[in-house]
Amino acid sequence: MAKIKLLDSKLLDITLSRLCQQLIENHKDFKDSVLLGMQPRGIFLADRIKIRLQEMTSENIPVGSLDTTFYRDDFRRRDEPLSPNATHVPFIIEDKKVILVDDVLYTGRTVRAAISAMLAFGRPSIVELFVLINRRYSRHLPIEPDYVGRTVNTIQSQRVVVEWKEQGFDEDNIWLFNQWQG
Amino acid sequence: MASISVNHLLGIKDLQKSDLDIIFDTAVEFKQVINRPIKKVPSLRDITIANVFFENSTRTRLSFELAEKRLSADVINFSSSSSSVKKGETLLDTVKNILSMKVDIIVMRHSSPGAPHFLAKKIDAQVVNAGDGTHEHPTQALLDTFSIKEKLGDIEGKKVVIVGDISHSRVALSNIFALQKLGAEVKVCGPPTLIPKYIEEIGVKYEADIKKALVWCDIANILRIQLERQQAANFPSLREYSLYYGVNKRLLDSLDKEIVIMHPGPINRGVELDSDVADSDHSIILEQVENGVAVRMAVLYLLAQK
Repeated sequence: MAKIKLLDSKLLDITLSRLCQQLIENHKDFKDSVLLGMQPRGIFLADRIKIRLQEMTSENIPVGSLDTTFYRDDFRRRDEPLSPNATHVPFIIEDKKVILVDDVLYTGRTVRAAISAMLAFGRPSIVELFVLINRRYSRHLPIEPDYVGRTVNTIQSQRVVVEWKEQGFDEDNIWLFNQWQG
Repeated sequence: MASISVNHLLGIKDLQKSDLDIIFDTAVEFKQVINRPIKKVPSLRDITIANVFFENSTRTRLSFELAEKRLSADVINFSSSSSSVKKGETLLDTVKNILSMKVDIIVMRHSSPGAPHFLAKKIDAQVVNAGDGTHEHPTQALLDTFSIKEKLGDIEGKKVVIVGDISHSRVALSNIFALQKLGAEVKVCGPPTLIPKYIEEIGVKYEADIKKALVWCDIANILRIQLERQQAANFPSLREYSLYYGVNKRLLDSLDKEIVIMHPGPINRGVELDSDVADSDHSIILEQVENGVAVRMAVLYLLAQK
């Protein structure tokens, strides 16, 4: 089974620094900015961004986690049942600049669901999308990211697999598999 | 991922321990949803649910209806007092007529034990039992055990006493099944005339003395004296019942410990439970009601996925 490493810990570190620089450039003081990690793996990335931005700017940016399960459009249409993860939004979203964070952007349907889920907490002034891996040519919806770690051209049979240390892996690694590995 | 083992929710008896865990895990997330500024999720937007109530109900029907609406399902309500049942239509005909209007889930309360089981065999829609006579009331037991878990962290090893009219109580039977599956110890307490003869055969001990029962337990679930089901004189008077089995502050103060007080509602204040207990910090009665919506959302959500 062919697999290609898209990012490892070292590259991820460099990528994260670059993306945080971009965030600083766009947000300036982060006074009204919040991070929302998308469950399940976007939350690890959101936490890392928070820590990195704190190191770079000494700003303490609120982080929440958002679960999209109840907002998905494939309920009753998929073979596997969906089980929910925790949503934790410990701040007011009204008039905030929200940075939605996920590891991989593929069809865009999860992001669509995340936007619906987020709107249940209020009306943000601006919503941006931050992804580590952007799978090009695979979108089902007109959704594009604002911050991209790496763009890859993939076909449907390929899978991007993200391993975070927080999940118990020895190293952070992001792989591109040519076929789905069960 | 996690999916419950049944297609209908007819009784707790049919459920596995893992089903209870899945329902609780899902209910935790729904409780979070109903405490948001916008308490609604679009999950069941293509589902139609009929609440078919052949017996009166306030709490359960409102709770189901709210759960359904917060899941964005389309809801129709039916109560027998204002329907063709009065004109002599059979249960199956009534439900088949409702189903031909494209209904996916039937939530039914009926005075005959087994009515939802009968229905589940005869129709394609999914059935949720909202109380069948004196048999089961599964969602009440789910919300009761969920509330205990929320309050005490765990149910395994906890001691629960159910006080009152056990014979006529579907809440008692469903609670016994749920608590036993979750590893709690259950005793019942009440006048001997209101205790089923074979209760000990399902692993439940009987305690006639309310004080001893309360000393033993961590949680007391006080049942309503169901005045509508007391045609035979099972006890001499409400006053006497209250004197021997009513839970009041004096009784609780005489225990050397704190216990959790539950009641499925509606309370007959001053009969089975005094106001100073019902409204005290020991009582989780209103939490039970809040959790009822979350637990019913979880049940409907999990069934709709099947």
